[in-house]
Amino acid sequence: MRHLLSAADLARDEALQILQTAEQMHQVQDREVKKLPALRGRTIVNLFFEDSTRTRSSFEIAGKWLSADVINVSAKGSSVSKGESLRDTVMTVAAMGVDGLVIRHHASGAPQQVAQWVDAMVVNAGDGTHEHPTQALLDAYTIRRRIGDLDGRHVAIVGDLTHSRVVRSNLILLRTLGAHVTLVAPPTLMPSGVGAWAKEDGFDTSYDLDEVLPQVDVAMMLRVQKERMSGGYFPTPREYTVGYGLTRERLKVLPEHAVICHPGPMNRGLEITADAADEARSLILDQVSAGVAVRMSVLYHLLASSEGAEK
Amino acid sequence: MSRPDSALPPAASQPSAPSSGRVVLSSADVSRALRRMAHEVLEHNKGADDLVVLGIPTRGVELAERLVAAIAQVEGVDVPVGALDVTMYRDDLRRQPVRTAHATTIPSGGIDDKIVVLVDDVLYSGRTVRAALDALGDLGRPRAVRLVVLVDRGHRELPVRADHVGKNLPTAKAERVRVRLQDHDGIEEVRIVAGPTEGQAR
Repeated sequence: MRHLLSAADLARDEALQILQTAEQMHQVQDREVKKLPALRGRTIVNLFFEDSTRTRSSFEIAGKWLSADVINVSAKGSSVSKGESLRDTVMTVAAMGVDGLVIRHHASGAPQQVAQWVDAMVVNAGDGTHEHPTQALLDAYTIRRRIGDLDGRHVAIVGDLTHSRVVRSNLILLRTLGAHVTLVAPPTLMPSGVGAWAKEDGFDTSYDLDEVLPQVDVAMMLRVQKERMSGGYFPTPREYTVGYGLTRERLKVLPEHAVICHPGPMNRGLEITADAADEARSLILDQVSAGVAVRMSVLYHLLASSEGAEK
Repeated sequence: MSRPDSALPPAASQPSAPSSGRVVLSSADVSRALRRMAHEVLEHNKGADDLVVLGIPTRGVELAERLVAAIAQVEGVDVPVGALDVTMYRDDLRRQPVRTAHATTIPSGGIDDKIVVLVDDVLYSGRTVRAALDALGDLGRPRAVRLVVLVDRGHRELPVRADHVGKNLPTAKAERVRVRLQDHDGIEEVRIVAGPTEGQAR
């Protein structure tokens, strides 16, 4: 693994290695000296062409705690706002002798493109509606910490599947780790052509949350973006909540041992009620605190050795 | 360069013939060495006060637990025991394939102003111990650090020495010391195996 562009880049043992190292990285958070020397002398550039608070800051902290030098470049206030192309921006940054590039871009496939241009290691920190592999890793990490191995577990991913970049990465990684996945969304937000993929890869799709919910170990609720509300995908926000929100009534149907995830930021009252977000089965705060540890592990695995990953 | 043996996966995944080379310590020898070192640690420290025993993964952890058990037998005191992973502090990270980090567990009392006893299976180049000292420095400030190793095989590359040694084993650089422990590997012995080792690259 030279880059992390897609969750599909991770074989099962690589994914498990990253999750295991993340456990050790997590301990650093509680220490007085939050610093490991593993990436001393390496330079990482966070190249964010799209706004992001938690992903960018957690990558920044992750790099710094591993003693790398981290530079943030955001589209605003850079030459990008003067009309420089993606390639020119990336090549300019790479020419400064950067070891790692962490990229968030609004166009699907941008990090893959960048990886072909530069020698540096590239991490996809979210591209368009395509993928967000480190989010999938931290979801898997958080779930595993609470309920153990994912083998044979049943995960429902619920919400705006068409516009979410988290779905694809989570689906791929959860399948790699042996989980059974059901995608749940209203027909208007179910990606077209997902049926063929589901058949080929062995996961399920459903339009009926109430039917799926009693059988799951994990309910992963996705954000419904505000801009979709006027897009004719569903009549009203209230209607969405009735059909697909994790409401107080649905909490009673959710098995006692099951856990609730949400990659954030939440729309409380829309896809998830305050009751569900704040209850003991909710992993939402754990997900935030795992972000740094998992990203430290990813950066460590990609950058620590010039010999490449262990076979 | 350092700790070739403890960096190996457990015996189950090690296809090489278990009977190659010669046995230099039997299971009984290992237990006797640990018991003697427990006495030495106590004698040197004038009791078990303020001791914290930390094993270096992977096999150092089992040795640390057994050393503490031996101390409990002698002194009737349960000394806090933990593990100190040094992966992130190694000086050869760049030259090696990526290693997965192991757990670091520090006993609840911490290590500040304690006498930390580091335990490892083989002392070779001294680089692991250097990494361990750096790791300790990020966790606190012990009053003193002591080093216990099961085998000292020589060939130091750094000014490091052990306080208590299970057995001094003069070896050739081309040889390799393979430590196996009951809990970790299912069998227990220390062997010298001829031939270039994976350790030579480390």
